[in-house]
Amino acid sequence: MPDRYVPHFQEELEQLKTRLLEMGGLAEDRVRSAVEGLVEREAAVVDRVLSGDMPINQLHIEIDSRCFKLLALHQPMAVDLRAIVSAVKINTDLERVGDLAINIAEAVRRYMRHLPVKELVDIPRMADIAQSMLRDALDAYVRRDIVLAQDVLSQDDELDALKTQVFRDLLTYMLKDPTTIEPALDLILISRHLERIGDHATNIAEDVIFMVSARDVRHHAGEVGA
Amino acid sequence: MPLLQTATPPTLTVTVRPKSEPTPTHPVSIEVKGLNFYYGAKKALENISIDIQRNLVTAFIGPSGCGKSTFLRTLNRMNDIIAGTRIDGQVLIEGDDVYGARTDVVALRRRVGMVFQKSNPFPKSIFENVAYGIRLNGLASSRSDLHGRVEESLKSAAIWDEVKDRLHESALALSGGQQQRLCIARALAVKPDILLMDEPASALDPIATQRIEELIYQLKTTYTIVIVTHNMQQAARVSDHTAFFWLGKLVEYGPTDRIFTNPEEKLTEDYVTGRFG
Repeated sequence: MPDRYVPHFQEELEQLKTRLLEMGGLAEDRVRSAVEGLVEREAAVVDRVLSGDMPINQLHIEIDSRCFKLLALHQPMAVDLRAIVSAVKINTDLERVGDLAINIAEAVRRYMRHLPVKELVDIPRMADIAQSMLRDALDAYVRRDIVLAQDVLSQDDELDALKTQVFRDLLTYMLKDPTTIEPALDLILISRHLERIGDHATNIAEDVIFMVSARDVRHHAGEVGA
Repeated sequence: MPLLQTATPPTLTVTVRPKSEPTPTHPVSIEVKGLNFYYGAKKALENISIDIQRNLVTAFIGPSGCGKSTFLRTLNRMNDIIAGTRIDGQVLIEGDDVYGARTDVVALRRRVGMVFQKSNPFPKSIFENVAYGIRLNGLASSRSDLHGRVEESLKSAAIWDEVKDRLHESALALSGGQQQRLCIARALAVKPDILLMDEPASALDPIATQRIEELIYQLKTTYTIVIVTHNMQQAARVSDHTAFFWLGKLVEYGPTDRIFTNPEEKLTEDYVTGRFG
């Protein structure tokens, strides 16, 4: 028996947290690579994203299975119960982020068959914000930090505004020159995928708030008049 | 028609698994083949066959009267002392026939220790409770060896820190949870291979129960543990393999996570989901 008394259930919760972080790291890395491929027009980088989603898919299954067993065998209560239910949801969000990285990579591959429509400014900014939201959401999860989780929620508006701006901007290019329609549509899709990644980071932040404080902030629940 | 009728048990239609699903990394420690057990004319266990693996925790679950405790007690011949009982079939421990004509029952019980539902320390000091079995079996070569063995056993049972300054006080002054851990230390002192536990935490509060469960988890690295519990959640928390008994039969046996998430038998599913009866 160790000197410090740590029930093995708590050790298993720690392992779950570690695996979820690995998953988050992989998802974030893939988003970064897909956007780097776009900015640098590097086909090899994009292809690595397209062919490399096996580890994230395996983790997705493994984490769900861990949660399933922890729920079935340990009947967790209170904060432990919330931590496991949150882990199941965060796991799904991270897997979707991994899928969106593939969607971005596919759009980048198509985009690269054309001449660049314009110099990219807002999409790299969107990518930075989406990745930062994801990183902060996972940091908030690890540190059980509600303030950081709230901060993630507030970043989402900026991402939404940029997506609208990208659309308007590209619309003018398409109206001016119809040959840009096809590549511009891919850029619009990419901005849409980045905005969705921000939504998943938001979901994770909401789960963190629920896990720590048992407060459900989704859909503005709990606000006056909601 | 009388108001009270004797309930007729429903017909049992289950596949009795003749063998376990062994995990290749863990060799078989206890092998039971076609075991039947009778209290007088009543058949309490019917054709039980099971392989229990070394260094794992195996839990026996089932409703009261299903035979799980009776079966546990056949593993170290604790039923021998009950008059009118009869057994056939075979129990092998590390290959040795438990019911063989030449089996030394005292030696068997040294190899197969037991912890009971109600803690039963001797009305002696904490030290003497643990030292007793060591002396009886002539295991200590000197006084300091005896002290070393007592300390080691108390540490293994996660009670050393609580009793090291009061070793010569009466064991009966300890709390229920401490007494139960002392009984585990007493069982471990004679270096058994196998530890049988019959409802070891059912008389304890949740905190003391958690300590016993953690202890079981730690001990399996050294011992093969078989635990009987009427508390399904406890079986789920502590065991690697679970065997479900019903009306004296072994209904299903397999990895605990499978038994509690996807049992093969309808009867097991009904029991673990509380839809029984």
